[in-house]
Amino acid sequence: MVFLIILYKGRLTTMDNQTQKPSENLNIVIVGHVDHGKSTLLGRLYADTGSLPDGKLEKVQAICRQQGKEFEYAFLFDAFLEEQEQGITIDTARTFFIWKGRQYIIIDAPGHKEFLKNMISGAARAEAALLLIDALEGVKEQSKKHGYLLSLLGVRQFAVVVNKMDLVGYRQDVFEGIEKEYREFLGQFGAVPERIIPVSAKLGDNIANRSRAMEWYKGPTVLDTLSLFKKETARSEQPLRFPVQDVYKFDARRIIAGRVAAGRLKIGDHLVFSPSNKRANIRSVEAFNIEPVPTGAEAGQSVGITLDEQIFVERGEIATHQDQLPLVSTAFRANLFWLGKRPLEKGRKYLLRVATKEVDCEVAAIHRIIDTMDLAQQQGSSTVGRNQVAELTLRTKTPIAFDLSSSFEATGRFVLVDEYDIAGGGIVTEMVHDDQEFLREEARRRDFAWVKGEVGIEERAQQYGHRAAIVLVTGGRHTGKSFLAKKLEARLVADGRHAYLLDGENLRRGLDADLSETERSQTTEMARRYGEVARLLADTGLIVVSTTNPFGLAYVEAAQAIRTLVHPTPVIAVHMSKTPEEASPNTDIVLSGPTDFDAATRRILEELKKRGVLAQAIGAKPTFQYSI
Amino acid sequence: MKHLRQLEDQSVYILREAYKHFDNLAMLWSMGKDSTVLLWLARKAFFGHVPFPLLHVDTSYKIPAMIEYRDRLAREWHLNLVVGQNKEALAAGMNHTMGRVVCCTALKTNGLKQLLEQKGYTGVILGVRADEEGTRAKERYFSPRDKHGDWDFRDQPPELWDQYKTTFPPGTHIRIHPLLDWTEINIWEYIKLENIPFIDLYLDKGDGTRYRSLGCAPCTTPIKSTAKSVDDIIEELRHTTVAERSGRAQDEGRGMELLRKDGYM
Repeated sequence: MVFLIILYKGRLTTMDNQTQKPSENLNIVIVGHVDHGKSTLLGRLYADTGSLPDGKLEKVQAICRQQGKEFEYAFLFDAFLEEQEQGITIDTARTFFIWKGRQYIIIDAPGHKEFLKNMISGAARAEAALLLIDALEGVKEQSKKHGYLLSLLGVRQFAVVVNKMDLVGYRQDVFEGIEKEYREFLGQFGAVPERIIPVSAKLGDNIANRSRAMEWYKGPTVLDTLSLFKKETARSEQPLRFPVQDVYKFDARRIIAGRVAAGRLKIGDHLVFSPSNKRANIRSVEAFNIEPVPTGAEAGQSVGITLDEQIFVERGEIATHQDQLPLVSTAFRANLFWLGKRPLEKGRKYLLRVATKEVDCEVAAIHRIIDTMDLAQQQGSSTVGRNQVAELTLRTKTPIAFDLSSSFEATGRFVLVDEYDIAGGGIVTEMVHDDQEFLREEARRRDFAWVKGEVGIEERAQQYGHRAAIVLVTGGRHTGKSFLAKKLEARLVADGRHAYLLDGENLRRGLDADLSETERSQTTEMARRYGEVARLLADTGLIVVSTTNPFGLAYVEAAQAIRTLVHPTPVIAVHMSKTPEEASPNTDIVLSGPTDFDAATRRILEELKKRGVLAQAIGAKPTFQYSI
Repeated sequence: MKHLRQLEDQSVYILREAYKHFDNLAMLWSMGKDSTVLLWLARKAFFGHVPFPLLHVDTSYKIPAMIEYRDRLAREWHLNLVVGQNKEALAAGMNHTMGRVVCCTALKTNGLKQLLEQKGYTGVILGVRADEEGTRAKERYFSPRDKHGDWDFRDQPPELWDQYKTTFPPGTHIRIHPLLDWTEINIWEYIKLENIPFIDLYLDKGDGTRYRSLGCAPCTTPIKSTAKSVDDIIEELRHTTVAERSGRAQDEGRGMELLRKDGYM
């Protein structure tokens, strides 16, 4: 393709540019300190490439004349009246232009520190970035913060644009000073810019046209640099990561929908869903109005698949191939930036979102706050303030599947929701081993080797009219646990459910008869055996009703072990005590004081419905989606 | 074509997030090219189904061909169509001669607000695009509206990677914008790629004019054009430097910013 370039009144136009069909989109964000000229650069880029609609330039110029102020290119995109009045960008704007067969979506992010959350929202969408530094002012607070955040957000392709070179007489030594200082700063966290370009956005030097005033600069212009940015395609070559977004049953098909985050999948692939360890083969790839019908999918695609077996999987699980499993734990270490209106606090509960998984979590430890100005670390803080960056450990209520951000982008990053708002985001830097790891590994090996009959879990649920579940009554001595368990079993069976009371005493005399007295007093092994029996019963489709009676005061530890072994069967934990006391974090129903056993039974039945175990969804969508 | 599939994948992801998180969800359909592409994307996302109602805020001033087209597709695609109208304002004689912003506010913004209130929708999917005009360029994919339906553009929630704002206080609602990253050309390229039925008002039928953007009859004027097919339109758009909404009277001055702050689409 030959480009016919016409220079006319300093305005570069290519006759061919807009008519060329774009073959791909690239998201670019422009960041940097306030007033360093981001919106001006953007305006200039559009004007010089002939990408502005007719009359736009003239219209804005007229408004400026009317209001008695000098025209600035920034006004072209600062759409809010308030933005133009204050001369700053408040929120990210998205604009488009086509250049050399590529459609650019340019995100102009605000540089004022007040609007850091808007800058981050813009940068999180980007595949590449331009970071602006004012030649006169030099490297400022937000220049550093934005540079650091780009790296944290996973934007690895970026160029540094040193703007307002006209104000320093286009001097090479000024440019080189800034280049040296900023490269050193970026080097501390391993970030390397593609280019560093001296420009004057206002006068158009090195934006679309090569500058005559800076002959000493031999590198590409800003526009040429955009063409150098690569479209990320490597994700398809990675191992498969397919987070389940939803499960649909609009017609005869039971479709597992989601976006392939990494790698590829195809019909016939054997998939493992983590953390549930469920497995099945892909039967079909579903699509609407696509001919021929697809047989596979790769990273970036939103697809739907059906499986050869009716297994129950839910949103938040990550499907992978069996030899490339994600990490599973209840804790990880992370780098986080906080944008919340109130500070992040150690011990407080937040909703954690990793890919499509949502789970309650708490901040187990704040290791250090990182000052993005000099990367100095401050220890011993129990809160993280707005716009601060910190290293911390998060602990989740139930085990989740994830990856390290160094290996997988989409499954290695997360956000925290405080009340109604996304208040922070970050990347996973390290898995933290928890005390359930050994049992979880046992469960995983056992599940992978599990020999199945002809009848699947779904068919059993269909027959019984409910799913399997475990109701576990915990608490101290003489609180009425056994009585409640018996009552619940009786009620469930009377209602036509398939329920069974698993009493620890019955294991003691049978399965555990080979153990010595000392061995029997060890919670770990006893709980392991108990959990495996419960797992077997649950696999038969029963609602298992049980108590932690055999474990005495070690019930918290035992309950945790049982939970790990029966995972992903839902466990409804009911805590009983004579006087109000703090129940362990995973408790669903707390009963304290004198108990009304009928009311308690009803509450448990409600909980079973809410969790989708009993097949009557009441009101809102059930937490568990099921096809019965 | 690859860039269209990329846009499609992102929009489908957003639609599925919306469906997962909102119990009371609806999609606005004006029968224009954008919201019809949006409707098509919903059929993509949900494998031929549209699992939520489609809302049309009828100002009574729409071009008749648009209503015929609406009813035909609703029948053929088994759509759950809900039509709302600000009857009080119409009874009081509201029309564009009372002022364009006044009329748009009464018949569209307030018509929409009434409909949302009556039906209690907490999530509303709209086909606005960032390249249409300045304030839309600043939108989020998931954009909260307060109790009065107003948009606080000064304090928009952060939107990180593919994580959107899906929780909100009672009484407020979320506007969902799956088409933000699409341009006007993308819309037509996609209509061509997928062979989506569209209203022929967008084509020149021999008098050398066509509509580029559809709205109410009195406030929308056709442009000079000889584009008689989708290919012609795409070709025309590649060369034009005239703004898409130049035929839309409400965009004049600061009309759009004021309208959108108060909850306009």
